[in-house]
Amino acid sequence: MSVLEMREATMRFGGVIAVESLNLEVNLGEIVAIIGPNGAGKTTAFNMITGVYAPTSGLILFDRDGSKEMQTITGMRPDLITKLGVARTFQNIKLFQEMTVLDNVLISSHIGVKSDVFSAIFGLPHYLKEEKAMRERSMELLDKVDLADEAAELATSLPYGKQRKLEIARALATKPRLLLLDEPAAGMNPTETQELTDFVYKIRDEFDLTILLIEHHMQIVMDISDRIYVLDFGKLIAQGVPEEIKNNERVIDAYLGVADD
Amino acid sequence: MKSNSSNKKMGLSTILTIASLIGIVVLLYMIDQHGFLGSYWTRVLRLSGVYAISALSMNLVNGFTGQFSLGHAGFMAIGAYVTSLLIIPTPNKAIQYYVTPVLDFVGKMHAPFWLALILGGLLAAIAAFFIGFPVLRLKGDYLAIATLGFSEIIRIFITNLIPITNGPMGLKNIPASANIWWTTGICTLTVVFMLRLMDTSYGRAIKAIRDDETAAEAMGISLFRHKMMAFMMGAFFAGVSGGLIASVVGTINPGFFRFTLAYEILLIVVLGGLGSITGSVVGAFVLTISREWLRFLDNGFSILGIIKVPPIAGMRMLFFSVLLMIVILYSRRGLFGSNEFTWAGLFAFPGKWKNKAANLFDSAKQKAGRKK
Repeated sequence: MSVLEMREATMRFGGVIAVESLNLEVNLGEIVAIIGPNGAGKTTAFNMITGVYAPTSGLILFDRDGSKEMQTITGMRPDLITKLGVARTFQNIKLFQEMTVLDNVLISSHIGVKSDVFSAIFGLPHYLKEEKAMRERSMELLDKVDLADEAAELATSLPYGKQRKLEIARALATKPRLLLLDEPAAGMNPTETQELTDFVYKIRDEFDLTILLIEHHMQIVMDISDRIYVLDFGKLIAQGVPEEIKNNERVIDAYLGVADD
Repeated sequence: MKSNSSNKKMGLSTILTIASLIGIVVLLYMIDQHGFLGSYWTRVLRLSGVYAISALSMNLVNGFTGQFSLGHAGFMAIGAYVTSLLIIPTPNKAIQYYVTPVLDFVGKMHAPFWLALILGGLLAAIAAFFIGFPVLRLKGDYLAIATLGFSEIIRIFITNLIPITNGPMGLKNIPASANIWWTTGICTLTVVFMLRLMDTSYGRAIKAIRDDETAAEAMGISLFRHKMMAFMMGAFFAGVSGGLIASVVGTINPGFFRFTLAYEILLIVVLGGLGSITGSVVGAFVLTISREWLRFLDNGFSILGIIKVPPIAGMRMLFFSVLLMIVILYSRRGLFGSNEFTWAGLFAFPGKWKNKAANLFDSAKQKAGRKK
């Protein structure tokens, strides 16, 4: 039933081992978190899954329906991995700055375009039909994330929390089955953070998603995750359900720290 | 209510567009039939139109796709040579190749002007396809240097393929088929093509690549395919503009297509605004016309009767260097930035300036107040 599997995935940059022999499994419909101190290799793991980096060794397997026959996506091109059904957001927001909110979401529908570029330029009926469907779908999506009113605004003019939401909407428009969220709560104010948990549940149910996230905000992580993986210096030091992680000695030493009281 | 008023606005701008198009056609008719401007300035206008096409094709790659390519002179050369060889009458060709006789096939081939232009553009696009394979994997300065190199390779090929191109002697007596209708017409078609392209999903995709390659790729956009698409389309229009230039100028030789030509066009694109269709067209006309108009600078002049500048050929080019520096310092994004001309924008313009002036005045007043 797993959607994603990393088998002994290792990423080496010269002498630095960013991620070492990582084994990780995400099952259909789960919300799984990766936590760990800065520089633990969390984002590197994301970059390996999405094809930004080709792993030095090891395997990454994916299947959008969570069936037994998984396909290797090790070292595949990012756009092809996205086409298979993996979408992501970025730690440091990477919206298309000179475009409107709507255009940002429309971009992600481009993978579905079947008309060639010349039918598009000459405005042939079959392209216009696609364009209309794309716009409708994108507006629907913006509506679902409460950004429909800002559709015509420049992406960069949105407040930080909304930019994060827009990034998620843009990822959703690629029709993913596995969504990777890289620190979705970073830079959000307390109210927005509160809403984020509900938002993640909402999109998971509505879009049939499996979610893998990186997050430093422990309350969110403990609330939301079915399972947690803990990385430290590129190595997996613990895995399990939130209760186990909270009480794990090694995790407390490396990352969580001891409560003051 | 709201939709009603926006409909009215749409209607108004459509009427204005049609009216100005009719105005242009009437103007062209006057220029063409009544020699309204004289042959010299008509020629300058023809050249402006052609440079606008070159600038648009370069803007597609550099401004809209964000790939710093300097290979345009090469693609223009391919277009110019293919078009010229197809439209120079056969007997005329035999006379020109007096050192090395012309290849039989090249000597005999002939095509109408429109077909010659298209074939020139297509051949340039095919060249771009083969050049693009290795070079489009590069980024930034590396891409600029590699494309510049390939452009020089094309020029050197042309210089040495003497039985086909007549080598350094170049081609002369190219029929002046490209009258003002041709240049303005094709320029308009190019503008329409670009406007349409930018309005499609493919246009959005290449602009996404410009904004952020990593994010674009993560959204499922194949970088290579879309860069290649823009590169080939750019080369096509560069080839067409090369064919038109050959016909306007009447003689071509490999020296004409040195990389300085690419810089001249880059100057137009940067001054007009990277990523602005309006900017490229306005920039092409302003620069081409002022380059002719400023010819008096080459003949020597005196500043306030004190400093006497002797006649120096190319003195006027100094003006463009200074202009470029001013633009880079004070208006880095060029005349238009990445904005386009709209009628609504034009009507809002005086008000905007009034506001700007008022703001400036206010801040000056505040400063003065603080000093007190």
